[in-house]
Amino acid sequence: MDDDAELTRRLRAGDEQAFVLLVRQYHDPMLRLACSFVPSRAVAEEVVQDTWMGVLRGIAGFEGRSSFRTWLFRILVNRARTAGARERRSVAVADTGPAVDASRFDSAGGWCEPPEHWTDAIDDRLRAGKLADRIRSAIVDLPPRQREVVTLRDVEGMSSSEVCHVLDISEGNQRVLLHRGRSRVRQVLETEFGRAT
Amino acid sequence: MIPRMMRLRRRDLVCQQAVELVTDYLEGTLPRSARRRFEAHLAGCPHCTEYLAQVRATIELAGRITPDDLTPQMRDEFIDLYRRWRSEGD
Repeated sequence: MDDDAELTRRLRAGDEQAFVLLVRQYHDPMLRLACSFVPSRAVAEEVVQDTWMGVLRGIAGFEGRSSFRTWLFRILVNRARTAGARERRSVAVADTGPAVDASRFDSAGGWCEPPEHWTDAIDDRLRAGKLADRIRSAIVDLPPRQREVVTLRDVEGMSSSEVCHVLDISEGNQRVLLHRGRSRVRQVLETEFGRAT
Repeated sequence: MIPRMMRLRRRDLVCQQAVELVTDYLEGTLPRSARRRFEAHLAGCPHCTEYLAQVRATIELAGRITPDDLTPQMRDEFIDLYRRWRSEGD
């Protein structure tokens, strides 16, 4: 990621290879993010192409005040919102289910069905090759707003302020969405580990 | 000395509340008193400690997702896109 600055410098200088390298790095997360705003993958692909065209047209004026990545995802989100004609901030915190299903606690609020220990088995599962797909699909299956935040924060590794800037949401909303999203993904993993031991 | 049992305060967290604070805790946005209460709960609760470890593992796993590589066809499409843009300026 540190070489984004170098790649954008080369892109400005007219280096086609630098463009391909940037596309290679960001195409997949961009597509996944775009999918949460628009109704079909075909439209999402158009949005991504359109975004890259916007990047090429705008790169000469890109001043590096934000990181390239933030700039790129902001362009993407703006275009995807337009394409999806979805209202900004609509139902931003609509999903307010608990982090853990209430049935797992007793009436005093203590665990009656506590989490089993599985974190030590992660590396073995990863090597077996199943876990990577499972976590991917768990994120894809999140409600759109949660998916956007979890993708940018936890998959892309953006900071919370970067995510707020890209998605144009408040820190508070960002945290609620992140909390719901992570809680759900953890639940999926727990179920996955419980299933095949 | 006050016996340990007597020190249970009415503001002590229960597990069901603690799991809802995990993200705020990891984000460092809990006020100091709430953070202390959360950590005090963890210190006495192996299940919530396990839960927190699982959330951390979940975040770590998400960070290991690697992007799908471009197919040769997609690569060609983007090279076309680039060349279209180059020719715009001519």
